[in-house]
Amino acid sequence: MKYLCLIYDEEKRLGGMSKNESDAFTSEYFAFTEGIRKSGHYLGGEALQPVQTATTVRIRNGKVSATDGPFAETKEQLGGFYLINARDLNDAIQVASKIPSARLGTVEVRPIQEFNQQ
Amino acid sequence: MSEDAAERVRETVDAVYRSDSRRVLATLIRLLGDFDLAEEALHDAFAAAVERWPRHGVPAKPRAWLVSAGRFKAIDAMRRRARFDASQAELAERLDAPSSDPAGWEDEGVEDDRLRLIFTCCHPALPPDAQVALTLREVCGLTTEEIAHAFLTAPPTVAQRIVRAKTKIRDARIPYQVPSRAELPDRLDTVLHVVYLVFNEGYSASSGASLTRHDLSGEAIRLGRLLIELLPEPEAVGLLALMLLHESRRAARTSPAGELVLLGDQDRSRWNRDQIAEGAALVERALSSRRFGPFTLQAAIAAVHAEAPGAAATDWAQIVGLYDVLVRADPSPVVELNRAAAVAMRDGPSAGLGLIDAILARGDLGDYHLAHSARADLCRRLGRTAEARASYERALGLTRQAPERRFLERRLGELPD
Repeated sequence: MKYLCLIYDEEKRLGGMSKNESDAFTSEYFAFTEGIRKSGHYLGGEALQPVQTATTVRIRNGKVSATDGPFAETKEQLGGFYLINARDLNDAIQVASKIPSARLGTVEVRPIQEFNQQ
Repeated sequence: MSEDAAERVRETVDAVYRSDSRRVLATLIRLLGDFDLAEEALHDAFAAAVERWPRHGVPAKPRAWLVSAGRFKAIDAMRRRARFDASQAELAERLDAPSSDPAGWEDEGVEDDRLRLIFTCCHPALPPDAQVALTLREVCGLTTEEIAHAFLTAPPTVAQRIVRAKTKIRDARIPYQVPSRAELPDRLDTVLHVVYLVFNEGYSASSGASLTRHDLSGEAIRLGRLLIELLPEPEAVGLLALMLLHESRRAARTSPAGELVLLGDQDRSRWNRDQIAEGAALVERALSSRRFGPFTLQAAIAAVHAEAPGAAATDWAQIVGLYDVLVRADPSPVVELNRAAAVAMRDGPSAGLGLIDAILARGDLGDYHLAHSARADLCRRLGRTAEARASYERALGLTRQAPERRFLERRLGELPD
């Protein structure tokens, strides 16, 4: 079964890391990704650029609006994701708990909705 | 078959339902992979028993018969639905495959099914109120109405919690399994907290006229017994001991008029000696494992109280010593408050008052009525009447429970002018 692991980090805190700390954090991510490739859990994953680069798109009254943001007043921002294949929720929790950001921020695990195309 | 014999078979079916329906359900959930399907199958299996056993006799292994009947009924039902929904046909095929027909249903792994059920109902991915409702519904076999009544909630609210929890179990694929050794301590902790929450809800209702709702405490103790039968971990043993030792005081903690009686004022001849003996033996057992935790320590404290002939003759030094360990094992302001009350008994009211004031000055427990009533009590004993009055009034403003309110009002009335 597929799960999406949504990674929420405190951008301020990551931005405040020294070069050494930040390099160590990045190499932890590389090692983690390598690990779940080997175990067969990995389906995909990306890191996102900071939330300041975000654009919100809506159609209202037939008109497309693109605005800066969103800037919700939250401490943590969506910073990346992994799409994984796991046996069940316990397996997915095990994988998610090894994502380096689980220690500093939050990881939200969501099962993927499968649609029956018949 | 004569009327008498038929009546005896009906009684047998009822007895098997009481003793084994939860076991049968736990195994059906594993075999069918779905809570609702398993409940329907359980119902159908007992309906079949009521119909067949009077004619063909009670089977040698009633539980295995029921599991097998339930499974066939479920497969039948899926085949019927398959005419409308192709996915049901596939499921029915899979369930009917020879590999899903292990010979040892009735013995091997069946006790594990009950543990699987407990751990699934108490999965940390479910919200706490749903863990409680689901455990009482599926493991204890209480009806939705009974759960709602015990928790003073509306039945539709409880029903909705249960439906949502089952949906999450299915859609997020929460597995039906006993956690691995590495996960076990944390997962067991969640289970123990659910059991203790059920007990406390029964022991001291959070609001309402009646101080105790006996049925829930009894249910929690039954759950505690089941748990140590299936998984004899020291903290599970400690929790059962704690519940039994609290329960032993039930008859003494309310007066005939329904008034609250504090530990120090209770008539100890009304304590249940059998429960105390059992609880104390369990405390010993948990402590000797050397892998015990907060529940065992609280039980050990309760055991010291239980074995003392009176409040004054209590070994307060030992109680303070146990609180010292508990504060390190499970630091919390409430534990500190209880330790302060024990220090007051060992060293006098002013020593205890200093500790309580330090907790309150730190900004903790300001909204906790027992912190203010404990402070009030120590001020009263020190003759600081005005402070005692202010603290009793503060406590009164923070509790909704009728017997607690009457107790505080009585204490206020007894203060000298």
